[in-house]
Amino acid sequence: MPIDKRAGSPAEALADVADGATVFISGFGGAGFPNALIRALRDRAPRDLTLVANSATHRYSLTHELIEAGLVRKVICTAARGRDSEPSPFERLWMAGRIELECVPQGTFSERIRAGGAGIPAFYTPVGVGTGLARGKEVRSFEGRDYVLEPALKGDLALVRADTADRYGNLAFRYAQMNFGPVMAMAARLAVAEVRAVLAEPMPHDRVQLPGAFVDRIVAAGA
Amino acid sequence: MSIEPLNRLQMAWRAAQDIGDGLVVNLGIGIPVSVADYLRPEVDVFIQSENGVIGAGPLAPPDRIDTDLVDAGSRRITLRPGASIVDSAWSFAMIRGGHIDVTILGAFEVAANGDLANWDMRLPNKGPLVGGAMDLAACARSVWVIMEHVTRKGAPRLLEACTLPLTAVRCVRRVYTDLAVIDIEPAGMVVREMLEGLTAADLRQRSGAPLTFASDCRPLTAPPIALPG
Repeated sequence: MPIDKRAGSPAEALADVADGATVFISGFGGAGFPNALIRALRDRAPRDLTLVANSATHRYSLTHELIEAGLVRKVICTAARGRDSEPSPFERLWMAGRIELECVPQGTFSERIRAGGAGIPAFYTPVGVGTGLARGKEVRSFEGRDYVLEPALKGDLALVRADTADRYGNLAFRYAQMNFGPVMAMAARLAVAEVRAVLAEPMPHDRVQLPGAFVDRIVAAGA
Repeated sequence: MSIEPLNRLQMAWRAAQDIGDGLVVNLGIGIPVSVADYLRPEVDVFIQSENGVIGAGPLAPPDRIDTDLVDAGSRRITLRPGASIVDSAWSFAMIRGGHIDVTILGAFEVAANGDLANWDMRLPNKGPLVGGAMDLAACARSVWVIMEHVTRKGAPRLLEACTLPLTAVRCVRRVYTDLAVIDIEPAGMVVREMLEGLTAADLRQRSGAPLTFASDCRPLTAPPIALPG
């Protein structure tokens, strides 16, 4: 059967997401938030999710809707601080002890996910040595420098935003949209991408930034 | 004699004068990003941003804003000629792998051994935010700090040992404050430049760690730069 990864809608693309899923959500610095998929996930409303995203909440992202809807049990992120003096939806639940937090240095965050998709169960990094974020972790010395052991992160679902896709799931990103998209797609059992537009023709090979082999479903979400 | 400490942009200007030609530089959120505005004219550098932009240009003018073209601080930027963009894993491989020549970061505290505290002020009711600070501080080839010499309450930020949670150990090489330029050397803090009108005793009184004054310690100067309204 000819490969065709196009889903009819964000809801259709997420129809089989289960409770307890670990969900990767791409996007950073205002670029690459898969907001159509995030909203569809909120509407589908699986519970006890572990949300893995750079920022727990961001002013251009809709992750706060998942948190406010009570769907998220735990957040793994690099930034859990709201932008305003008022606590963010995440900060309110976190202070009330109703949501768990794992705060991770950003390079360790991206590398843990990369490792998850690359068949590496754990790795040593110099980042965090001697800080509170390395507490309780194995430290080992290589060539006279200390490194912390960090485990890989794998997900059940990755939500990624790109600019264009073809029916094979090949993705091309605009500017800084890419950020965590490629590693998150690789490290998740089900990778769903929303794009501005699905191309009628196959994407030229030298335009592909994430091969369709790592992408399971695509959905056109407009600009 | 009343002294006039450098303002935030003058501190950025002063740090910018030390950026060498041809380097790859990462500038932290806050005062450090302003360093890019004051590079010496003959200097050509690539500014890396943690979100994968290698070759960040100036902020986008209003008619050229593109919401997908941002830096790690969510600012809408432009690209310089020769720029490229990679994904986050590659961006941090670049940082961890020692491919960033200089990073300039803001800080709350710097210790005499180079320990840096710049990520967790232990704010009540606020969640933690580490971002890329630990990666940059632990792995850039040279780590410089721009910060005010004392806190708003007048407490020193240069300390024997940091009191706030550490970002990385023994990483800071140079500190630019509104009063002085200080190198962190194996023996401790060495003052390279100090504001005119200030005495060594004045600076020591505002510092929480022993200071040595370089034999060629110079006046710290910067051109007048107005802060934006």
